[in-house]
Amino acid sequence: MKIQKASLFALYAVLELASDPERQLSATDIADKYGISTHHLAKILRTLVRSKLVQAVRGAGGGYRFTGIINRTTLLDVIELFETLESELDTPSPGNHAGGAIIEELQSITREIDDLTKAVLDTITLETALNSSRQRAKL
Amino acid sequence: MTEQVTIRNAMPTDFDAVIKLDLVGDPQEKPTYWRGIFDRYVTSGRAGSIFLVAETNGEVIGFIVGEVRAWEFGSPPCGWVFALSVSPKTREMGVGQLMLEEMCKRLKKAGVTTVRTMVDRENKLTLSFFRSQGMRTGRYIELEKLIDDI
Repeated sequence: MKIQKASLFALYAVLELASDPERQLSATDIADKYGISTHHLAKILRTLVRSKLVQAVRGAGGGYRFTGIINRTTLLDVIELFETLESELDTPSPGNHAGGAIIEELQSITREIDDLTKAVLDTITLETALNSSRQRAKL
Repeated sequence: MTEQVTIRNAMPTDFDAVIKLDLVGDPQEKPTYWRGIFDRYVTSGRAGSIFLVAETNGEVIGFIVGEVRAWEFGSPPCGWVFALSVSPKTREMGVGQLMLEEMCKRLKKAGVTTVRTMVDRENKLTLSFFRSQGMRTGRYIELEKLIDDI
């Protein structure tokens, strides 16, 4: 499984903002902290604003702040704003080929992997991820 | 809330309350199963078998059952939590965490350093709870297949 860059940047932004919902940060603040492109992150933040996970605060000292529900929003909720996390098997339709059974079996295996991936990401809330990362920082 | 909650060993008189709490997570009544669990984990008091309830103002609001299992699936002795329930009216108040912490203390005292559980992957509530307590996918993978066509 490979999480797309957009999803990864969105997770950086959401987790950073959710770590202190009172705080406002600019796209540059977040991009600098994680060493990523401000331009790319700004586009991602617009999607996060539309999804209501994040609010854009205008004016001097403005920026972005977290407005979601930290113990209800999961990592999968954020990722699925940008991708479906379905493995892509570039295979023909199984019904039209003599190798249909093999193609179906491979598709079934990728579905199994996808289901497990989603089951993990869909049960880790932002709160849990932040708590774990704080403990990791203490080590 | 949690300061008013007591975690104690289950007693035979908790049977009805446990049955009621179990129905919250699974509408299927299974009194025979719970009678067997009470016999083995409450009445007989086997070493390494732990059945705890959470109580507030004389009311049982949660339970957790676990034990030490050794060499199943080739695993060295470890703790298993195989049942957990919290009354919906007292959820998100730290009751589950209190029970799991006490369970882990007891399991550690019994000599193990790892605790495991198994949860239906559709059960997001319980999975999220165990993850919030620091549990992660373990090194053993559960496999299964339908055998109704054999």
